[in-house]
Formats: sequence, structure tokens, C-alpha cells
Amino acid sequence: MSEEKTHIVPYKTQIVVLIVLLILTALSVAVTQLEFGSYNTLVAMLLAGAKSVLVLAFFMHLKYEKKLFPVMVAAVMVIFLLVLFVTFFDYSYR
Amino acid sequence: MTDNTRQKQPSFLEYQGRYKGILGWILSTDHKRIGLLYLYTMLFFFSVAAILGILMKTQLLAPGETIMGPQTYNSFFTLHGIIMIFIIVVPGLPAVFGNFFLPIMIGAKDVAFPRLNLLSWWVYIIGILIVLTSQFTGGGPPDTGWTFYAPYSFQTPTNVLPAVFGAFVMGFSSILTGINFVVTIHRLRAPGMSWLKMPLFPWTLYGTAWIQILATPVIGITLLLIVAERMLGIGFFDPALGGDPILYQHLFWIYSHPAVYIMILPAMGVISEIIPVFSKKSIFGYRAIVLSTMAIAFVGYFVWGHHMFTSGMSGRALFTFSFLTFLVAIPSAIKVFNWVATMHKGSLHLHTPFFWAVSFLFVFMVGGLTGLVLGALATNVHLHDTHFVVAHFHFIVFGGTGFAFMGAIHYWFPKMFGRMYDAKWANLGWGIFFIGFLSLYLPMFYLGMMGMPRRYYDYLPEFHGPNILSSLGAWVMISGILIIFANLIRSARSGPRTSEKNPWGGKTLEWQVDTPPTLENYDEIPRVDETPYDYRDYTGIDNPNN
Amino acid sequence: MTIHRDDLGDKFGMWLFIFTELLLFGMLFVVYAVYRSMHPEAFRIAAEELDVALGTINTVLLLISSLTVAMSITAIQKGNKQRALQLLGVTLLIAIIFLVNKYFEWGAKFEYGFYPGSEVLQELGFGTILFFGLYFFMTGIHALHILIGIGLFIYVIVQMKNDKIHQTDYVWLENTGLYWHLVDLIWIFLFPLFYLIH
Ligand code: HEM
Ligand SMILES: [Cu+2]
Repeated sequence: MSEEKTHIVPYKTQIVVLIVLLILTALSVAVTQLEFGSYNTLVAMLLAGAKSVLVLAFFMHLKYEKKLFPVMVAAVMVIFLLVLFVTFFDYSYR
Repeated sequence: MTDNTRQKQPSFLEYQGRYKGILGWILSTDHKRIGLLYLYTMLFFFSVAAILGILMKTQLLAPGETIMGPQTYNSFFTLHGIIMIFIIVVPGLPAVFGNFFLPIMIGAKDVAFPRLNLLSWWVYIIGILIVLTSQFTGGGPPDTGWTFYAPYSFQTPTNVLPAVFGAFVMGFSSILTGINFVVTIHRLRAPGMSWLKMPLFPWTLYGTAWIQILATPVIGITLLLIVAERMLGIGFFDPALGGDPILYQHLFWIYSHPAVYIMILPAMGVISEIIPVFSKKSIFGYRAIVLSTMAIAFVGYFVWGHHMFTSGMSGRALFTFSFLTFLVAIPSAIKVFNWVATMHKGSLHLHTPFFWAVSFLFVFMVGGLTGLVLGALATNVHLHDTHFVVAHFHFIVFGGTGFAFMGAIHYWFPKMFGRMYDAKWANLGWGIFFIGFLSLYLPMFYLGMMGMPRRYYDYLPEFHGPNILSSLGAWVMISGILIIFANLIRSARSGPRTSEKNPWGGKTLEWQVDTPPTLENYDEIPRVDETPYDYRDYTGIDNPNN
Repeated sequence: MTIHRDDLGDKFGMWLFIFTELLLFGMLFVVYAVYRSMHPEAFRIAAEELDVALGTINTVLLLISSLTVAMSITAIQKGNKQRALQLLGVTLLIAIIFLVNKYFEWGAKFEYGFYPGSEVLQELGFGTILFFGLYFFMTGIHALHILIGIGLFIYVIVQMKNDKIHQTDYVWLENTGLYWHLVDLIWIFLFPLFYLIH
């Protein structure tokens, strides 16, 4: 049996998270109309990043799990970003 | 379990579960039976691929067409490579010895997900069957090499699709094993066994499992892209549609270089088990081995570009990858020092597993150092796609993983089968094999430096001499393999029985359970308070049975 | 074999599987990044062919469905089986609507001749070919995941009806939920990268 105590996330928290997510979505659609030049993609990715942090932390319960879980997720993201980065050592300098 | 059931429990080999006969094996969720299922499958396919190898070497006995033409040769090295890589060495040690011994060595009754474990064997078999259909249907056996490089892989009329798809399916099996092992190691270690009290073979399996989880999906999607390219013409790798074939190489090696560490890390683990036991000395630098294992797993993820030095990558990328490649060699070298230092002033016991371990050190060093020759940019340009590369990777994958595999089976054989093999034949087989191995592959270094390219059925007349030596070596080595296999198979069926729990005087947990182990390995989960490989109490007097 | 239960271990396994999925899609994002860096203009123009309204609707749908699975876990933890089943039903429905939308979206693209290997695309040049190749491949693989998710939800609903999943044993629901959030996470990135290029 699992002896770890379960953490019940209240409905209210979840609904608040959804509302924030929807606002961020609206924001990212709205922002496309603005002109940030090459920063547009960066802004879009930052907004998407913020959304995924919310989903990971609340909907996927990372905030309430053992520390190990968020650490692993972060490590995986770091590895992915490094792979992307190293790949562009080729493509940026061809 | 209570004490009166303790008397004589059947071993996992005799245990009668829900199903009888062969079904009791192919539907068993017992990690030990699954390990043996993998072992038998691999033995069979290794033989097939070895025959292909020996036929290729026979073709290369003399210049010109001797026993096969170019198309046959191309399809032979392709199938040989696919089998050896995807069916043998990638699942390799984890699937066989990891499955069998990981739970026992960390004091568990099984892996975390026994049914998933069985599923991964089945997925593996299905993948193999799909690969095999490529040989008999459609446009004939694929001729791309095991690397499936674009654009040729979507242009050749041969039957690439099933081969690629089969390899994709086998990837799932690899991932499932990886998931299973990581969770097993995190959740099922015996009480008291903290991370730094875990034996080294499980440690290397842990590093390997993470690579399996994080790298295998890359090859999965890459192979799917080849499928899409062939069937739909999406154009990602097709220059005619704007695609970049070099991107295929990037994706392919983002998996396939870490895959090399999937093959070699567990081999290092096996060697780290064998050497202290036969030196009767605590392993030198346990922490350094653990750390270097994890360092290899991590840095190994970012060196893939050293396979692409001549592809037309940017200069900055060339420099970066070459630098990282030299970096990743350091932890491997650390391990070699650890093993040698462990043997230093040890009380060496010259049994078959030890012979394999020592010869591993030698071939691994040759393989590793020639790897640096290939990792340096200037020399790589000269040696790329020559027989030097063929020699290098056979030294690492065959000399490394293969020797460790042989060492592992001779080390754990009595525990697995409850029988002993004939040591004389085993040693003789090792000697012949080793001599054959060297004369098969050493000349290839020379041939490569002289400029003999790989993947050709023919060569210039001036390369004849070394090729004769190499082909003869192949036959010698095969004789060694035959002796070894015959000895092991005969011994597994009718060798002298033994129930000796600890024939070699090992310190890790698998030597404390019954021989062969019972279904659940342990009646009671042990408590582990000591570090593994503690030989300070060694008196110089051995168990009389060995 | 002794059946021993380890919910945390099961969840651990699911997370590891999610990591494989992340890297699988991750490599597609690498391909995307490479080709977009080569053809920034063509990507921008090609993106205008996509229907932002439909994309936004699907984004909102997926977010809501993420909420409903998360809530169904809370419901079952509180022992409210009826509520949990309702919430799962809503999730399943949304998943299906998402696919229906996708069907119409793809259908429209095919009508205009925007599909891999089409003649229209050949005319429009490398960047456009690659954009639509990526669009179909990535949203296609994503849709496949939605399909698998639908299968999982049906299984979970049936198990819950039969009380195989209940207040003290709901790890199947949790893992299905995790999988579904993953599908949502991927979409959170697909959406701006394909629909919102400016
Ligand atoms: C049994 C003895 C073996 C023999 C006689 C042998 C021989 C050969 C030969 C002649 C080639 C083709 C060289 C060329 O023309 O390019 C080759 C390629 C290859 N071998 Fe082996 N080999 C053996 C064992 C192994 C093992 C154990 C492995 C891996 C674990 C392995 C992996 C490969 C790979 C990956 C290739 C490259 C295939 C390609 O070019 O696509 N071989 N081998
Ligand atoms: Cu490599």
C-alpha cells in the first residue's frame, strides 16, 4: 500500500488556474497583432512557457509531489534545450 | 512467508506456474525467465548475424567477386548491422543480465512492473519479425546500411520500410525496459541500501536506463520521419523539396551516439563486478566509477556530431563536437584506471570470467584510443568511412560489449542454471576467440589508414595481404565462438549440478540467494548495511569448491 | 507472485513515459526550429493560411478538458464517483470535438491543395512545403495522441463504473490524467508556433 498522504487539490484552485490559462491564451493571440519584430516569437514562447508551468504545477500535481519529480522534469527540459542549442552550432554558422 | 514453507522451494527453472511447458516461459512475468528468453533470442540472432559477417569476410578474402556480388554484400552488411545493433547489443546486457540480476542485486523480488517487462520482450519479438519481413518481401533486402541515411533510404527501391518500422517498434521495447529499471532502482532497493551502497552493475543499468528513456524516442521519431518521407514525400530530408539530409544525420546520431553508451555502460558495470571478485580486493574508487558513469550518460548526449565531421557541418559545430568528444573520453579513462588499480596487489584468481574481463580492458583501450583518433578533426577526414572505422567500432561494441557479455555469462552461469560449465573448454574457447578477434580486426586499422573504404564488396589488389589475415582471423574467431557456445549449451543442459550459493566468493547479494534462485529470490528481503565489494576480511583461503 | 501496490512507483513510471513523449515531440520542434530559421518569411506567409479562430477554439477546448480531468481526480479522492464520471464524460466529449474540428481543418487544407506532395505546394517553394509538411506531421502525431487518450478515457470510465477505480485506488485515473495533460502541453506549444507566427 502507498503510505504517502494524498494531497487533494480543491476545485477552486483548479478553476482559478484555468482562468489564468485562458487569459494567457487570449494574451498570446492578442500579442500577435502587435509588432515586436523578432521578439514576437520570444514573447509567444514565454507565454507558452508560463502556461505549461501552470499545467505542470497544478493540473499535473508537480507542486504537491515529491521534490524528485519537478527536478526530473527540469532536467529533461534542460537536456532538450541543450540539444536544440548544440544543433544550432551547425545551423547558425553554416 | 513463514518458516515451514522454507524447506525446499523449487527454483525458478522448475517452478510450475499457471502455464506448462513453453507457455510457462513465454507468458512468464518472472524477471529471471524473461532474462533467459532474451538470452535465447539473442543467441539465435547473433548466430545469424555472425554467419553474415563471416560470409562477408569470405567475400573479402580476395579482390573481385568471389562468393557474392555487390548487391548481396550491401544487403548483408545492412542486415548484419541491424541485427547486431538493434537486436543484440542495444537490448544486450540490460535485457539479459539486467533483467536476471538487477532485482536480485538490489534485494527485490522482481522488477517494478513485471507485466510490462514481459510486454517489452513481446514487443521486441514483434519488432524482430517486422524487420525480418523486409528480407523476403517487396523490393528485396534493404541496402542502406543500418544507418538508413537520407536521401538514399527513401530513394532505394529495396524494402526499407519494414526494416525501419521494425527498428521503431524495438525502440518501444527498449524504452519500456528503461522505465522499468529506473522505477525498480528508485523504489525497490532493499532497506538500508542507500544509493552509494548499490553495486556497480545496477548503477550502470541506472545510467543506461535513463539514456534509453531520453534517447530512444529520438530514433523513434526519426525513423517515423523516414517512413513519412517514403510514403508521403513530406520533404524534410529531400533536397529537392527544400529538406536537409544532414538534419537526418543530426537526428539519427542524437540517438545513436547515446546508444553506444547504452551498449557500453552495462558492460563497464559487468567488468566492475568481475574484477574485484577475482582480485579479492575492494573496488578502487567506487564513487569515481559511479560519478563517471553518470557523467558519461550526460555528456554522451552532446557529442553526436563526431559522426558527421565530413558531412558539411559548420566549422564551429565541428570544433564543438570534437571538443566534447575528447571530454567524454575522460570518464571512460577514469574507469580503466579504477579497474587496473583494483587488480593491483590483489590476489588474482585466474578463472574464465577474469580472462574475459582482462581482455576486455585491452580491447576497450584500443577501441577507445582509436576513437580519439577519429574524434580529432584532421585525422577524421582521412579515416572517415574507411575500414579504420569498422575496426574501431568492432573493438568497442564487439570487444567491449561482446567481451563483457561473455564474461557475464561465465560469471553468472552457475547461479542462473544451477550447473557448472567445463572450465577447460571455456578457457580454450576464450583463447582461440581472442586470437581470432585480434587478427580479424587489427588489420582493418591498417587497411583503413591505407585508404580501404568500408561498405564495398571489392578492394584494390594492394590491400590483398592484410585482408587474407583478417579473413583467416574471422574463421579462427568463429571456431572460438563455436567452442564457447557448444560448451555453454551442453553445460546448461547436462553439466554437473551445483547448489553452491557462492562459487566465486562474491560479495554482492546475488551470491546469497539459492542457486538457482527461487521464484521470488528471497524469502525475506535482506537488510543491507555494508558497502559492496568489501574484501578487507579476505584471509587468502578460498572456498574449496573453486 | 505477491501483488504489491506502489502508487507512487506507478506514477513515477508514467512520468518517465511522459519524458519519452516530450523528447519525441521535442525532436520535431528541433526540425521546426531548423527550417523556420532557414525560411522565416515563407513560414510567416504560410501560417496565414491557418485558421486562427479554429486554432484558438481548440486551444480553449483542450485547456478546459485538462481542467475536467484534474477535477475528476479531486472528485474521486473525495469519493464522489458520480461527479468524477460526469467530468470524465465531458473530457471525452471535448476530445472528440477536438478531433472533429481537426478533421474539418485538415479537410479545408486538402481542398485547397495544401498537402504533402501536392502540386499547389510545389509551386509555392521550399519554405511553404516544409511548413505544411511540419504542420501535418506534428498535428497528425498530436491527433494520434488524442485518439489514444480517447481510448484511455473509455477504459477508465468503464473501470470506474465497475468500481475497479475508486476512492482508494485511482492511480489509473491519475496516470491517464497525466497523459492527457501532456497532450495539452504539446498543443500549448504547437498553437503559437503554427497559428500565431507574425
Ligand atoms: C561475428 C563476427 C563478426 C564479423 C565477422 C563481422 C564482420 C563485419 C563486416 C565484414 C562488416 C562490413 C564491413 C564493411 O564492408 O563496411 C561489418 C559491419 C558491421 N558490423 Fe560486424 N562483424 C562481426 C560482429 C559484429 C558485432 C558483434 C557487432 C555489434 C555488436 C557488429 C556490428 C557491425 C556494424 C554496426 C556494422 C556496420 C554495418 C553498416 O555498415 O551498416 N559486428 N561486420
Ligand atoms: Cu558516437
